[in-house]
Amino acid sequence: MAEFKMDADHPGIAMDRGVQGVLGVGLDRSEGALKVSGTARYGYEHRVEGDVAYGYLITAPAAKGTVTGFDADAARALPGVIDVMLDDPRIPRQAAAFGPAHAGNDAIDHWDQVVGVAIAESFEAARAAAKAVVVHVEREQGQFDTMANIAHANPPPRDSRLQDVAKGDIDAAMAAAHAAGGVTIDQVYTTPNQVHAAMEPHASVAVWDGDQLTLHSSLQILAVAKPMLAKAIGITADKVRILSPYIGGGFGSKMLGPEAVLAAIAAQKIGRPVKIAMARAQLFHNIYRRTDTNQRIRLAADKDGKLLGLAHDSVVSQCPDGGFMEPVALGSLALYDAPVRQFTHKVVTLDMVMAGAVRAPGEAVGTLALETAIDEIAEALGRDPIDFRKLNEPAVDPLTGAPFSTRALVECLDQGAEAFGWAKRSPTPGQRREGEWLIGMGVAAAVRINLLVDSEARVTLKPDGRALVETDMTDIGTGTYTILAQIAGEALGLPMESIDVVLGDTDLPPGAGSGGSFGAASAGSSVALACEDVVAVLAERMDAKPEDMTLKDGHAVAGNRRVPLGDLVGAEALVGKGKISQGSNAKTFSQAAHGAQFAEVAVNVVTGETRVRRMLGVFEAGRILNAKLARSQAIGGMIWGIGYALMEDAVLDQRYGQFVNHDLGEYHIPAHADVPPLDVLFIEKIDRHANPIGVKGLGELSISGAGAAVTNAIYNACGVRARDFPLTLDKVLAGLPEI
Amino acid sequence: MKTFDYARADSPEAAVAAGGRFIAGGTNLLDLMKLQIETPEKLVDISRLDLAQVERREDGGLTIGALVPNSDLAANAHVVDGYPVLARALLAGASGQLRNKASTGGNLLQRTRCYYFYDTAMACNKRAPGSGCSAIGGYNRILAILGTSAQCIATHPSDMAVAMRALDAVIVTLKPDGDRRRISIHDFYRLPGDTPQIETDLEAGELITHIDLPPPPAGQQLYRKVRDRASYAFALVSVAGIVSVEDGKIASAALAFGGLGPMPWRDPAVEAALIGQAPSDAVFAAAADALLAEAKGFGSNDFKIPLTRRVLIASLRELTGASA
Repeated sequence: MAEFKMDADHPGIAMDRGVQGVLGVGLDRSEGALKVSGTARYGYEHRVEGDVAYGYLITAPAAKGTVTGFDADAARALPGVIDVMLDDPRIPRQAAAFGPAHAGNDAIDHWDQVVGVAIAESFEAARAAAKAVVVHVEREQGQFDTMANIAHANPPPRDSRLQDVAKGDIDAAMAAAHAAGGVTIDQVYTTPNQVHAAMEPHASVAVWDGDQLTLHSSLQILAVAKPMLAKAIGITADKVRILSPYIGGGFGSKMLGPEAVLAAIAAQKIGRPVKIAMARAQLFHNIYRRTDTNQRIRLAADKDGKLLGLAHDSVVSQCPDGGFMEPVALGSLALYDAPVRQFTHKVVTLDMVMAGAVRAPGEAVGTLALETAIDEIAEALGRDPIDFRKLNEPAVDPLTGAPFSTRALVECLDQGAEAFGWAKRSPTPGQRREGEWLIGMGVAAAVRINLLVDSEARVTLKPDGRALVETDMTDIGTGTYTILAQIAGEALGLPMESIDVVLGDTDLPPGAGSGGSFGAASAGSSVALACEDVVAVLAERMDAKPEDMTLKDGHAVAGNRRVPLGDLVGAEALVGKGKISQGSNAKTFSQAAHGAQFAEVAVNVVTGETRVRRMLGVFEAGRILNAKLARSQAIGGMIWGIGYALMEDAVLDQRYGQFVNHDLGEYHIPAHADVPPLDVLFIEKIDRHANPIGVKGLGELSISGAGAAVTNAIYNACGVRARDFPLTLDKVLAGLPEI
Repeated sequence: MKTFDYARADSPEAAVAAGGRFIAGGTNLLDLMKLQIETPEKLVDISRLDLAQVERREDGGLTIGALVPNSDLAANAHVVDGYPVLARALLAGASGQLRNKASTGGNLLQRTRCYYFYDTAMACNKRAPGSGCSAIGGYNRILAILGTSAQCIATHPSDMAVAMRALDAVIVTLKPDGDRRRISIHDFYRLPGDTPQIETDLEAGELITHIDLPPPPAGQQLYRKVRDRASYAFALVSVAGIVSVEDGKIASAALAFGGLGPMPWRDPAVEAALIGQAPSDAVFAAAADALLAEAKGFGSNDFKIPLTRRVLIASLRELTGASA
C-alpha cells in the first residue's frame, strides 16, 4: 500500500510524470450518456430480486408536543396495505437517524416529524395508508423565532469548527478610525432558512439476505452512513452493505435519511425488499436545513483605506442537542488583513428540524454579508471595491500567521476586472439606464477553506492491459468517475477507454465520499497513490527506476524497450493500493481556494425585478483535473449565488413552525430564464502543500461571493442595498423613486 | 391518492352522462389528487374528445375548443394576429412542458396556489369549508388584495384567464341534461364570500366545450406579468390591457388583472376613469386609484398595492404611447 500523510509535501508522483495527456482535458463525463438517456439506475430505481413492497413515511402535523396515540385501523384496512408500523422503537424521530437521539420516544420536536411508516403493495397504496393514519398529538407552543430567543443563546459547541475569536478591541478600532478621519460600517445582514433542494429526493431500497442488509440508496459518504445505519437498526456494521452508484444532487443532505432506516426495519419485519422515497414536503421538514443567520458586521478603515478592524458576529439557530453550528464567519477569518479581528457565533435553540450542512457551510451565507459590507465601506471611502480588496490583501494568514499554501485572490480580481470590462462601471449608482432598466455591475471575493480527508483506493492493472479503479467514493453528480479515470490514465499511461471506475460500494476500499469539496483532492490523491504501487512493479519488471520509465498508450518505455502493459502484468493482475491521510500541512499552511465573482444586472424601475445579465467567476482552486467538469461545477455554484441573492427563502410560519413554501413550486431556485451567460476562468496553481495531486476544493468556492456580486450590482444599478436576503422585488421597490 | 374509477368519454354527451370529475391535461388535478386535496370517486377522461380546434367564425371571432393545448393556442395564427394579449399571457404561464399538456378549459378552472390550500395540515375554507383560513395572519405573499372575504384570500393563478377576461370571452358549456349554456367570463367566476369552495358558475357535471372570443378588438394589446423569478412562477400582479386612442383621447379600454383577486380581476371603474380622457399620468393615476380603492393587504402581500399602481401606470403609458 502506498500511504502518504500530509505532514509534508509529496516528493513527486507518477501522475506528474505522465505523458498520456488526459489530465486536465475537458472530457465529457463518462456516465453522461447513461444519465441523459435515463438508463443510469439511481438507488430507488435499482431492480432487486424478490417481491418489492413500498413504504411511505407517516409524519405528525405539529412542531412540539407529545404523541398520545394513533388511529390506524382505517389505514390498515385499505387495499394493498401490508403493514402500518408505528411502534418500532428504532423509528428515527429527528432530522436523520444520526441526529439527536430521539428515536423511540413520544416527543415531537419539529414539524412533520416522522412517527412511522406505511408499507403496501404499491407506492400509491402506501401513500394513501400513510395519509389515513391519524396522529394524536398533545400540542405545546414551540419557539421558532431566532432573534426573539437571543437571550437564551449558547456559545459555539465545543467540537465546532469555529470557536469565538477576539484579537484586539473592535470598539476601540471603530473609535480610532473615526478619530483619524477614516470610515466605519456597522450593519446587520440577515439570511433566511434554506434547503438543499436536490432534484432527487432521499430514497432507498432495503434488501435482507439472512442477517445481511443491502441498501441501495443515494448517499454522499458511505463510511459515515454505514455505521450510522447499523447503529440505527441495531446490527453491527459488518452486516451492512451500501450501494450508492449515482446521486441526483446532495449538497450536504444525503448522509443518511430516515427513509433508509425505515426501509431497513420494514424489510426486516415483512421479509420482503422495501423501497421508500421521501416526498418533497417531507424533505423540507425532516432533512436538516441551513439555519437562518443574523450577521452583524463592523468594519473600521483609516482614510487611506487600510482596514483597522473587522468583526463578524453571527446568530444562528439549531434544534435541541443539534451539535452542528453553521460556521458563518469561516470565510471571513483570513480574507482581509486587519490588526483587530473578532468572530463570534451564538446558537439559539428552536423547536425546528435540525440545522446542518448545506453546500459551503459558512461561506455561502457569510460572504453574502461580508462582501456586501466590503462594498459598503469601499463606497464610503470613495474607493473602487477591487482596489480596496487589493489594499487589504494579507501576506500571511492574518489570524494564525501561517503562510498561505497558494493564494491568488488579487490575480483573480485583476484578471476578472479585465475580462469583465470592470473599467466601464460607474462608481455612482443609477447612472446607466436602458428603457425601464437600470444597469449595474458588482464584484465580490470568493473563498472556501480547503479540506483533505482520509481516503483509500485500489487500482488493478489486468492481464489484458485494462485498469480498474475502485473505492467507495461516490459521484455526487460532479464527474468523479471521469476525473479518477483521468488521474489513473495519466499515471499509468492508459487511454480513457482502457479504464473502468467502480464507486459507491462499501465493499470497496473506504474513500473520502462527497462533501465539503474534498472529494476530488482526497479520492484523487488515493487513486494517484495506488497507481504508485502499480508503477513501482512495472518499473521493476522493466528494470528501470519509475522516473526513468515512460508510460503511454498502454505501453511502458524504458531504455530502448517498449512493452505492452499486459505483457508486463503477466497472468496475475497487479493490484495497487493507495491511502492519503490528512496531516500537519493543514496547520502549517493556511489552505483555501479563492476567486473573484463579477455580475452585471438590470433592475426594472417600475417593478423592482432584477435580471442578472451576465456573470464571470475567476477561480484559483489548485490543479484543474477536467476543464469542462470544473466549469460545470463553477457555473452551478454561481447559479446558487443567484438564488441566494434573489429568491431562496424557506418561509417559516411563526404560528405553527412549518415551512410554508415546502415545494419547488414556491421555494424558488433560479429557473433557466433567470440564468444568463456565465463565464468561468481558472487560474491554475498546483497546490503542493494541499495534497499529492495539488487539487483544491472547487464546487463550494463558486457559491461563495456569487450572491454578493449580484446584490452589489443591484446597488450599483439602483442604489438599493441588500441587507435582508434574498433581495426580492418588494424590497427593491421600497427603495425606488416614484415612476 | 385515493383509489378512483376511471372512464374514457368518446363524446361530450357521454362525458356529461358519465357522472364524474373531468380530466383533460391533468396538470393541476393530478397534483391535487396526489396530495389528497381533491379526492374524486370517478375521473372521466375527456382528453380524446374532438374539441381541440381553433376556428374562425363568420363574425370574425374565434371559437376555441376546450381541449386546445395552451401551447397550440399561443401559437395559433389567428391568436397571434388578432389577440396578442392572449398569446403573451399563455406564454407567460407555467413551463413549456405544462403548456403542451394543459388544456384551454382546464386552464380556466385551475385551483388557487395558496400555500395553505396545498397543505392538508392547515385550515382552509376552500379545501375544508368551515375549518378557517390559515393564510390570514400567515404568509400571504402571492395572495389577494381585492375581492377577499374573512373566509378566504386566495388568488386565481391563471394568466390565460386574465387575457380572456380583457377580451370578453364567452364560455360555452354542455350540461348533463343536454342543455348548452353561454356564460360570459364576467359572470363565470365567483367571489369567495362565505363559500370559497364554490369558484365558478358551473353546475355539477357541466362541461366546458368551447371558449368564444369576440372579433379582435381595436387598439394596442399588452400582457405584463410581474413575478418572483423570470419563469415558472405565478403572477404577483399581471395586467392584460387593450386600449385604443382616437383623436388624442382614449376611445376604448379593457384592463384585467391577475394576482390580485380570487378571479381574473376587471373593474369597470378603471376603464371609466380612462375612456374619453387624453392619456396622461394624472389620468393613469386616477385609474390606479379606482382599481385600488378597496385594496387590502394582509401583511406579506402589502407590497402588491404600490406595485400594482406602478405596473398599471407603466402599462397604460405603453398602451397609449404616452411618455412619463
